[in-house]
Amino acid sequence: MSYDVLWLQSGGCGGCTMSLLCAEDPGLFETLEDFDIRFLWHPSISRESGAEVIDLLEDLRAGRRRLDALCLEGSVMCGPNGTGRFHMMAGTGRSMMWWLRELAERAGNVLAIGSCAAWGGMTSAGSNPGGATGLQYDGVIPGGLLGADFRAGSGLPVINVAGCPTHPDWVVETLVMLATGALGREDLDPLARPRFFADHLVHHGCTKNEFYEYKASAEKLGQEGCMMEHLGCIGTQAHADCNIRPWNGEGSCTRGNYPCINCTAPEFEEPGRRFTETPKLAGIPLGLPTDMPRAWFVALASLAKAATPERLRENAVADRIVHPPRVVDANRRSRGR
Amino acid sequence: MTEEGTRVRRIVGPFNRVEGDLEVALEIEEGRVVHAEVVSTLFRGFERILVGKAPLDALTITPRICGICSISQSAAAARALGDLAGLRPPPQGMLAIQIIHGVENLVDHLTHFYMFFMPDFTRPDHAGRPWHEAATARFGVGGPAQRAWLETRGRIMHVMGILAGKWPHTLAIQPAGVSRAPDARDRLKLVALIRRLRRWLDETLFGDTAEAFSALRTSRDLSGWRKGDAGRYLAIADDLGLGAIGAGPGLWLSYGAHETADGPLFARGVRRIDDAGRPGELEPLDTAAILEDPSHAWDAGRPAHPSVGDTLPDPDREGAYSWCKAPRLSGRPAETGAFARQVVDGHPLALELAANGGSVHARIVGRLLEVARLADALERWALALEPRSRFIEHGPMPRDGRGEGLVEAARGALGHWVSLENGRIRRYQIIAPTTWNFSPRDASGQPGPLEQALVGCPGGVMVQHVVRSFDPCMVCTVH
Repeated sequence: MSYDVLWLQSGGCGGCTMSLLCAEDPGLFETLEDFDIRFLWHPSISRESGAEVIDLLEDLRAGRRRLDALCLEGSVMCGPNGTGRFHMMAGTGRSMMWWLRELAERAGNVLAIGSCAAWGGMTSAGSNPGGATGLQYDGVIPGGLLGADFRAGSGLPVINVAGCPTHPDWVVETLVMLATGALGREDLDPLARPRFFADHLVHHGCTKNEFYEYKASAEKLGQEGCMMEHLGCIGTQAHADCNIRPWNGEGSCTRGNYPCINCTAPEFEEPGRRFTETPKLAGIPLGLPTDMPRAWFVALASLAKAATPERLRENAVADRIVHPPRVVDANRRSRGR
Repeated sequence: MTEEGTRVRRIVGPFNRVEGDLEVALEIEEGRVVHAEVVSTLFRGFERILVGKAPLDALTITPRICGICSISQSAAAARALGDLAGLRPPPQGMLAIQIIHGVENLVDHLTHFYMFFMPDFTRPDHAGRPWHEAATARFGVGGPAQRAWLETRGRIMHVMGILAGKWPHTLAIQPAGVSRAPDARDRLKLVALIRRLRRWLDETLFGDTAEAFSALRTSRDLSGWRKGDAGRYLAIADDLGLGAIGAGPGLWLSYGAHETADGPLFARGVRRIDDAGRPGELEPLDTAAILEDPSHAWDAGRPAHPSVGDTLPDPDREGAYSWCKAPRLSGRPAETGAFARQVVDGHPLALELAANGGSVHARIVGRLLEVARLADALERWALALEPRSRFIEHGPMPRDGRGEGLVEAARGALGHWVSLENGRIRRYQIIAPTTWNFSPRDASGQPGPLEQALVGCPGGVMVQHVVRSFDPCMVCTVH
């Protein structure tokens, strides 16, 4: 029996779908086919339009058709004043907010695709003019549209495949796990993100790790050094495997020489500071690496700074490697001569 | 559906494969659309979100307006801030930006062609046409053409991994350059990826070299092209008469696309149709003549130039039917997009297809021409990278000032207008391509380009072809 997925979009940018289409080796259609996962409807992919879609939605709402998974991409638009009129679903005369409530009741699983659907995301930044919220979180506060106690047919809460955008593999692999019965409550982290990507930190596999070890820091965007000290990078606290399985072949934010902004976490859109500046107290960054005691960080950082090799000091503030590592004969065998 | 005599009113929606949500209200008389209203159904409020932010934060926020033309939003924001601060990227930085941006535009064109536009020809509405069975086998959802395209798309997007970190939503594009300087290996890898793409275009899309396609000068040359997926489309277009439906307003706008040290790849300016129905001479573009008119939008504002405009959502505004404001150039609706760019740039085939305001067919051909021309430019740009050069400069951001950032997204002219006060964003206004193309009526009752293009169109599936020929991006439209 196929695993039937309905995908809806609301207050977002469509970027998680655009990212999803970047899935490679195997491609999106191939994986869906091989695990018998079917999009009942997807706004960017399906042929059906207009009345055909409304008929499907009505069937799902009435329980006449099985809905294994409901995916939402984009925030829930609750404004103005809780009416949901900021997004009326075309052709239906109803708010998307209304449709989501109705359909979530019928779904085996509910997935928030991307940080907008999970927590509100960028659409809820600033004064949140649209009244944007997530499906089961409003920023860091549990609740959102469906309420903290909501459980889908499977017994799971809303599964937060967070990220801005999401990595294509995170979406595909979550769907495959669900379709094969391989994702349970224990496979979700405390924010209901799948642990297969959320148990890692962006710091893991970061190509700037040697700079980090010696606190050899970039001072401006475009320089090679670690971006934690000055440029707002919080990859040591951000839960995602971006530097373990890169993006678009071989990229990631930090490999692109710009800071990790922790886009898989609630309220990343309002860091309370500039995105590319590190707030400090007495010269020490306020946000420390996850699980690291402050005193140790201070002690190790000052020791590391004192020990920074000249090579790293120079490269950290250059836009490319200007000082290559010395070539030593590290593999020389002892020949008994 | 309601009836008044023989006039039938139909609401069409949800209108998918348009990147976002769209509704179209049609009045149909004797089988033809006589009146159309285009409804942008989603309001998010990015222009208000940006107010009060630190200026450079716009580089993190604005790409997230749109997941399909995220680079264009990035580039427009960087240009607006650069304009304000008097910063420009060094020549090599400009080149890197154009490679990133060019790949996005090219990929968007083909994602439109394979994922959004061609599947409509597999609909049962076209059953019985001589090409329908073959088109269904090749262009269906999840079919061989889409699979082949997604594989190619995934591979060419490695350019983003190398130069921009990731796609969408990069922070690599800065007011004075790019954050990552490609090295010698990167340059060769980029060339290799682009050559592979070109090979695919030659073998699969065009069935001949891209140069041969972009060298087509007349529609007579074009009508004989029966090679590749482009040829399959052209046979369908001939049979359905797609060249005779969907004429736009006859005013084409381009901000000038892909500027390097040699100037833009595709010219900046406007062309308008003359009394004989032919596109006239290239005219200079004066952005001071742009006005955004909210008279039919759920917005309480007044018509204003975007540098002094505001966004004031008002779902109860009388006479309003869309969240989209109506941009006008010297009081007139303008069409923008790949076809408009090729018309403004003076490509002979585009100029011929622009007669009487263009068509569904003209817009598709405009996109194919641009794919062919961009692929060639991308390879030249990648080869011209000098890994030892500077790719970024730095300079201070003033506390007060105004900036304008104009770029060409895949879908057309994209403008950002920003003002700073005391080191914070005081005002941020955006006019996206689909804001132009899918605008509602203005104060004088002039319909927007799509609203015009739908008039005279037979109902049913032809409406789908007309709407999608613009390659709308609804998330950008209202933002």
